[in-house]
Amino acid sequence: MDIMATALPALGEALSLIFQPAQLMYLVIGVLLGLSVGVFPGLGGIAGLSLVLPFMFGMDPVSGLALMVGLIAVVPTSDTFASVMLGIPGSTASQATVLDGFPLSKKGEAARALSAAFISSLFGGLMGAVILTFFLLIARPLILAFGLPEMLLITVLGLSMVAILAGRIPLKGVAAAGLGLMIGTIGESDASGSLRMATYDIPYLVDGLKLVIVGLGIFAVPEIVALLRQDRAISKTGGLGSGWLRGIRDWAANIWLSIRSACIGVIVGVIPGLGGSVVDWITYGFTVQGAKDKSQFGQGDIRGVIGPESSNNAKEGGGLVPTLIFGIPGSGSMAVFLGGIALLGYDPGPHMVRHNLDITYTIVWSLALANVVGAGLCILLSNQIARVTTIRFTLVAPFLFTIIAFAAFQSSQTLEDLAALIAIGIIGIMLRRFEWSRPAFLIGFVLSSQAESFANQAVQIATVRFNRGFWDGMEYIASPVSIGILALTIISIVVGVRQGKQILGSGTPPVAGRRAPLIFLLAVTAYVAVAVWDASQISIMRDKIFPVTIGLVTLAACALLLLRMSRAPAGDPVYADLEAGEEDGQAPHGLWGTLGWFALLLGLSALLGFILALGIFFILFLRERAGLGWTRTLILTAAAIGLMCFLGGVLGRDFPPGLLQSYFDLPWPLT
Amino acid sequence: MTDIETTRRAALGVLGASALAFAAAPATAGGHGGVDMSGKTVEWVIPFSESGGSARWANFYAPLLSEQLPGNPTVVVRYRPGAGSTAGANWFQEQDTADGTLVFGTSGSTQFPYLLGDPRVRYEYNDWQVVLASGVGGVAYLPPDLAGMMDGLDATPLQDTDFLWGSQGATRLDLVANLAWKMLGMTVDPIFGIEGRGDGRLMFERGEANIDYQTSPAYLRSVVPMVEDGLAVPMMTWGALDDDGNIVRDPTFPDIPTFKEVCEATPACETEGDAWDAWKAFFIAGFPAQKMVFLPATADADVVATFDKAFKDVIAQPDFAEKAATTLGIYPQMTGQAAENAKSLATEVPDSAKAFVVDWLQEAYGVSLD
Repeated sequence: MDIMATALPALGEALSLIFQPAQLMYLVIGVLLGLSVGVFPGLGGIAGLSLVLPFMFGMDPVSGLALMVGLIAVVPTSDTFASVMLGIPGSTASQATVLDGFPLSKKGEAARALSAAFISSLFGGLMGAVILTFFLLIARPLILAFGLPEMLLITVLGLSMVAILAGRIPLKGVAAAGLGLMIGTIGESDASGSLRMATYDIPYLVDGLKLVIVGLGIFAVPEIVALLRQDRAISKTGGLGSGWLRGIRDWAANIWLSIRSACIGVIVGVIPGLGGSVVDWITYGFTVQGAKDKSQFGQGDIRGVIGPESSNNAKEGGGLVPTLIFGIPGSGSMAVFLGGIALLGYDPGPHMVRHNLDITYTIVWSLALANVVGAGLCILLSNQIARVTTIRFTLVAPFLFTIIAFAAFQSSQTLEDLAALIAIGIIGIMLRRFEWSRPAFLIGFVLSSQAESFANQAVQIATVRFNRGFWDGMEYIASPVSIGILALTIISIVVGVRQGKQILGSGTPPVAGRRAPLIFLLAVTAYVAVAVWDASQISIMRDKIFPVTIGLVTLAACALLLLRMSRAPAGDPVYADLEAGEEDGQAPHGLWGTLGWFALLLGLSALLGFILALGIFFILFLRERAGLGWTRTLILTAAAIGLMCFLGGVLGRDFPPGLLQSYFDLPWPLT
Repeated sequence: MTDIETTRRAALGVLGASALAFAAAPATAGGHGGVDMSGKTVEWVIPFSESGGSARWANFYAPLLSEQLPGNPTVVVRYRPGAGSTAGANWFQEQDTADGTLVFGTSGSTQFPYLLGDPRVRYEYNDWQVVLASGVGGVAYLPPDLAGMMDGLDATPLQDTDFLWGSQGATRLDLVANLAWKMLGMTVDPIFGIEGRGDGRLMFERGEANIDYQTSPAYLRSVVPMVEDGLAVPMMTWGALDDDGNIVRDPTFPDIPTFKEVCEATPACETEGDAWDAWKAFFIAGFPAQKMVFLPATADADVVATFDKAFKDVIAQPDFAEKAATTLGIYPQMTGQAAENAKSLATEVPDSAKAFVVDWLQEAYGVSLD
């Protein structure tokens, strides 16, 4: 009870600090800022925090903390809007939410899905704070127990979720994940800087592809294009169905799932270096594995929303632990947060937990309070905002193209961002069309660099330890923690493979000819083969071992798929092709024509710069595709340009310049 | 929100102001050094992301610079990350802003690829005009049992130990540490691929690594508590550079010996010759002149003089030292001739030193720079 004696007085002190009118006001301002920034995909907490950092210097510490924490806390909440309603993963925190949230929107149940997501976020955030309050005091030795082998195994546990998300044909899931891992290795290696599938002549590739772009390309572009071809609202029924109260009831019925997911969120969030990018996949996987009736997952099962959303806010709380105890940020937004705390005159680290426990608790509980305020606001808004899903999608799409183009451009602020977005978007469209698991691809991509560096570093250390002596090495790699995680991973794979087929697997997929699926498979095989050959040319072992190994595994999966294709009769599910299906095949608009509109926006940007291109694109699109009159066309065009200028202006961001700008100096925002 | 609007208005003001400045260019160019920047926005571009040390450094200086520039222009920090800072530097090389509305902040990671002749480097430091050079120090530390083995300053007893440490990469700032330990005759295996020095410290805390170094702000913040708890012992600092270019004790850590002192006390190590020259050249590029502020080659002479004076005034403020100590540490903030000296030392290495490091990187880590 020693912990209680330390914790409770500091906790009381902290709560009295938080519940001051001024602090609450700053907290709410932070929440509102966070909500408005977080709604836009690709503009997470980092953009919002850098917005407020200049004002932090010299601010009263508790107010400053309240402002910052309010902002960080709600980003994983507000990005749910894009995930659920538009199928756009707003940030790493809500990738898995897309899987069931978006199908729910299509069924006309956006409000239900949103409110279930928000109440889960709220609950997860509170759970996180309760656990943290006591965990902070004893966390240090526990965190130090997670060395590189343990972190590698957690990453592998994340990858093992591919088994359950692979879909109808497990081999396709393996190949998709392998392709994701391979694409994740593009660029300069972390270890020694060798180039993989890149050249110094294209500096863009040297840096590797960014998660924002891959996430948008794999999920958002195919979904938007598919919806746009239909020329109707996102909600198939055109209505909203059951409202937000239903979502709350759904959550209450699954309270244990929510508690379990929140615990997973805190634990994974606490481990520094993982960055929380695995957490929603792990909880999604466990949610599916733990459910009795799996048939609806991927088609819009509310539990697929509750699980990941309960974990991702708890994770932000967990991420505070390494940030506060070790001063090591668990994520990009935590890094900026660290800078902010320092501006306020506090140095996060062991000192802070020991000597400023009240301030530390202020952070933890501000986070919880911000969750309540933010999620509460979102629940109240969800019925209104969900109406977006009932608007004719052709009018929503140009705004979405604009927003995702702007979001993608934030990644390196060059035109290549937009080119990369289209390229990845085409891969996404193909994966969707031929039923290759897109979640598996994304899991591979997200975990690629950390899997490689943990593996490399753990192997480097283990080699030295084994050279000193066999038991010295075994002691390093076979700790109780690693054995525990390994067992969990094996169980997860076995359960996943056995049950995975039930997800997305009911009925038979539409099948057309054999040619198109075969060509796509051959293209993937060729890319991976070239990538393996390219990696094998690298002279440094630690830079080539990972892509070569993963590449060979992927090639093996591709070869088996080829074998299966060569033997399967024409109607076999291995030839799945959504273009032959009812929804895509009979859509009023063609696939390439629709993608062409998006390409037009990017092409015009390359010539005229983003803002001018936007004007022309909107007018053409709304007149030609949507068939609007001039008045509404001009109003919507002005609204889009106004929105972009406002965003760019407030965040101090530039827009993609085109050829025109290299000849003429134009005033902002045309630059 | 009002501050945000101010920024926006200021930015719009720039458009007008730059248009005016364009029209009025002949008049000011012929003037007598009275540069007025009121209503303008100075963009301080750093080739890194929002979360790095350079961001903190630039954000620390930006408001102070704004106060001291004539006309108090808005100073905004812009981020242009990519390709380990060379992308931003290549971009800056192409800029021809003359009126002081663009400055560029570099770091050790920008200097090193330049020094090593990295094929990605398309920029030329000699074209740029330096107005500020900020120093940063670094401290190497050991677990107490290994630190206890040292014979005073003599590191010879450490030569039989297998050391491991987390390193960001062979061609990055960490090469200063790798080379120093190699010169002392120590066997230190770098575990490459960590994403920041903080990860290296965590590896040390977990007992996976048994040697590490941190830059001064991180050392003060995170390692000093470990030292107080008896979990770590400082081994040496990289030192600091005086105005004449000599290595002296780090003023932030006057009680910790420098690498130079340890090297002198260790028979295996020499403070002259190719290895030493190379180490010193890269140390100077990496630490005593780690972060520099540049104006483009095209900036007018009176603009350069204006910035030079503004930075001098920033540093001369009575409370500057105190403010800087918490964010930057106690290090020389060099302007004028001192900054020029630092820049020369940081960007001109003798060919022999460079060749030495290139060979050593190839031989020790298999890193080729062709």
